[in-house]
Amino acid sequence: MKISRTVTAALLGATVIAGAASAKTLVYCSEGSPEGFDPALYTSGTTFDASSHPIYNRLVEFETGTTNVVPGLAESWESSEDGLEYTFNLRKGVKFHSNDAFTPTRDFNADDVIFSFERQWKEENPYNQVSGGTWEYFGGMSMPDLLKEIVKVDDYTVKFVLNRPEAPMVANLAMDFASILSAEYGDAMLAAGTPEQLNQAPVGTGPFKFVAYQKDAVIRYAANPDYWQEPSPLENLVFAITPDASVRYQKMKAGECHVMPYPNPADLEAMSTDEDINLLQQEGLNVGYLAYNAQVAPFDNPKVRKALNMAIDKNAIIDVVFQGAGVVAKNPIPPTIWSYNDAVEDDPYDPEAAKAALEAEGVTDLSMKIWAMPVQRPYNPNARRMAELMQEDFSKIGVDVEVVSYEWGEYLSRSKELDRDGAILLGWTGDNGDPDNFLAVLLGCDGVGKSNRAQWCNEEFDALIQKAKVTSDVAERTKLYEEAQVVFKREAPWATIAHSTVFMPVRPEVEGYKVHPLGGHIFYGVDLK
Amino acid sequence: MLNFLLSRLLTFIPTFIGVTLISFSFIRVLPGDPIIVMAGERGMSEERYNELRAQFGFDQPLFSQYWDYMTGVLQGDLGTSFVTKKPVFDEFFALFPATLELSLCAITLAILLGIPAGVIAAINRGKFFDRALMSSALVGYSMPIFWWALLMIIVFSGILGWTPVSGRISLMFYFDDVTGFMLIDSLLSGQAGAFKSAVSHLVLPTIVLATIPLAVIARQTRSAMLEVLGEDYIRTARAKGLPPSRITYVHALRNALIPVITVIGLLVGTLLAGAILTETIFSWPGIGKWMVDSIYRRDYPVVQGGLMLIAVMVMVVNLTVDLLYGLINPKIRKS
Repeated sequence: MKISRTVTAALLGATVIAGAASAKTLVYCSEGSPEGFDPALYTSGTTFDASSHPIYNRLVEFETGTTNVVPGLAESWESSEDGLEYTFNLRKGVKFHSNDAFTPTRDFNADDVIFSFERQWKEENPYNQVSGGTWEYFGGMSMPDLLKEIVKVDDYTVKFVLNRPEAPMVANLAMDFASILSAEYGDAMLAAGTPEQLNQAPVGTGPFKFVAYQKDAVIRYAANPDYWQEPSPLENLVFAITPDASVRYQKMKAGECHVMPYPNPADLEAMSTDEDINLLQQEGLNVGYLAYNAQVAPFDNPKVRKALNMAIDKNAIIDVVFQGAGVVAKNPIPPTIWSYNDAVEDDPYDPEAAKAALEAEGVTDLSMKIWAMPVQRPYNPNARRMAELMQEDFSKIGVDVEVVSYEWGEYLSRSKELDRDGAILLGWTGDNGDPDNFLAVLLGCDGVGKSNRAQWCNEEFDALIQKAKVTSDVAERTKLYEEAQVVFKREAPWATIAHSTVFMPVRPEVEGYKVHPLGGHIFYGVDLK
Repeated sequence: MLNFLLSRLLTFIPTFIGVTLISFSFIRVLPGDPIIVMAGERGMSEERYNELRAQFGFDQPLFSQYWDYMTGVLQGDLGTSFVTKKPVFDEFFALFPATLELSLCAITLAILLGIPAGVIAAINRGKFFDRALMSSALVGYSMPIFWWALLMIIVFSGILGWTPVSGRISLMFYFDDVTGFMLIDSLLSGQAGAFKSAVSHLVLPTIVLATIPLAVIARQTRSAMLEVLGEDYIRTARAKGLPPSRITYVHALRNALIPVITVIGLLVGTLLAGAILTETIFSWPGIGKWMVDSIYRRDYPVVQGGLMLIAVMVMVVNLTVDLLYGLINPKIRKS
């Protein structure tokens, strides 16, 4: 009995320690391991959470909790009349972090900005091929086509010259891939023959300094006392990598972590009544949709697409597939994005009318395929189930549905084919909070055969979004996008299904945590009671 | 004995080539292009796609890809992960000690409990203890690890608060890896309470991972013992008036152990399979979780290199088992 009591006490001791150590240490139970610490090399949110948010800054930043672009390492900026030049005035006195191998000798300046972009852009840059050189987002946001040159006007002024006007340019520069690295650190590591250290021992200007990473286990950061804004009230930030959502919840309850992402939908009800947990929530910056193939009959007829849309019981999908953690989508952009047109009316759920509309178009005995994704995504937690619900809905109006699926890589590439047989379930999570990032990428004529899975090219719609792309006045752009959403609804290339709701369980002692609409988990400005 | 060892070692070569061929081709036969998976919903231009294909060597014929790969392997270069951009060899050996530590603890627990349990069940054949033990072994064997692990966490960490939920050591302790074995490193660190914390973190994953091997070993020991206890020489020993404990533990157990050791050798595969789930649930930074992630990401070099290294480990363990037979049973050694 004595022995077992000692053992129990020892075990208890070990559990409580984590709590005791957290006086000013915030523990975040993250969902996975970062791929590396250079945000320009990767595209996953897990990697951005561990790299760009704590360690780095960008010229401009998204204000935490919103998609508004605010000054970052640039104090101010102006664009030329023709929209081809953006001049950034850089902040003075910003210090880079130091580590065992590197101590900066100068403050942040224009050289760092040029280095951070040219390594992704110019093949002759010695860092272009380091660590595989897969600059996915830089390419994905069309930066190589867009950028003509980046000019150092003086130490604290940088000018971006573009090949064509692009209104979302400033928002692009707030994205993770545009994080500013130290050119001096780059040179030092090149000289030492260890250029991959930029990706493994990151040095930035951000609110937290990188301390150590034990693969698949723990990432440690310390507050940056020289931060150019108010230093973080937290002394340490620790990411405890915990892949299983139920285990994360248990760790929250046991006080082993303060914040966790991606709870199991099944746990939400228990969490909402749990005294140890504040359940924060916000609509996600995403959309899940069913894209018809607008180039294949009878789906090339907008009235047929519209009729099918009326047959889908979206509320049932929200209940069953999202288990309540989502809202019905009526527009192709989520309500958190500016220019969301709330005046648009969604197609009513009306199987009778749907059936009649199909008959009116002479469509009878229709059979079709619905493609269901093999992976879970925030915008679609269970595509298979969603497809089955639609199968049932469509059977009520006499449409026979076969659900098909492929391995994810196959799914992505086959679904681009112009003669694809069937409607496809897919979705999108916004990158920069700009409507262009949804409407042009997913529905523009340029995207047909690529990211425009509806293979839908409508001149009226495309003219509107192309005009908005080159207009810098936000009010003017808003009008154009609102109009584009009306055209979209009328033409119905997709059935818009849902925007997911993002839930963030945090412990009651956590103060100032904001759910970020762009999906990142940001701990600057957070404190512990 | 030397001949025996040599003949065993010779069989290594074809097995090794077979393993590399299988691991190389399986991951490529699976549908799914790693570059497309990497780009996700966003996709990429044709030009960029071809550039990356060339960079990863996918534009070469399969045979020449395999040739390049094997040339690297023989020089100790298993390639670089597409995702983390680090050498596969380094990643494997950084994570392997965690898996090894957990597996050793689990197999030790399984042997320490399984063999005596099997022996006692055999001696008490048909009695209550035997039946209870064999039914629980059946339950243990059929238990889904995922569910079992969560149940343990909820009961022992959640409700009773006896053990930490997951991880290898409390986040309060921070020291550099020396051996990679947390039990040893925590002692070496000299930090008060570190060792205790490491032990407490090991308890639940060890029990979970040991469950299936424990059930298998107990059942195997029981049936081997029953067989041996029916042999003539045991009857002779009884007739000679040897004490029952000596008959059981010296005469019977030694012979019964041969099939048990075979089973323990084969359990290495089960342990590694179990480690994948156990590691994921207990946030245990080992190779199981690493392999699963790399399969999802179609990280060819990691899948190939990881499978090959694991196969080599299994081969080494099997060789050790074969050698152990020789020690226990001279008849095998001589043949």
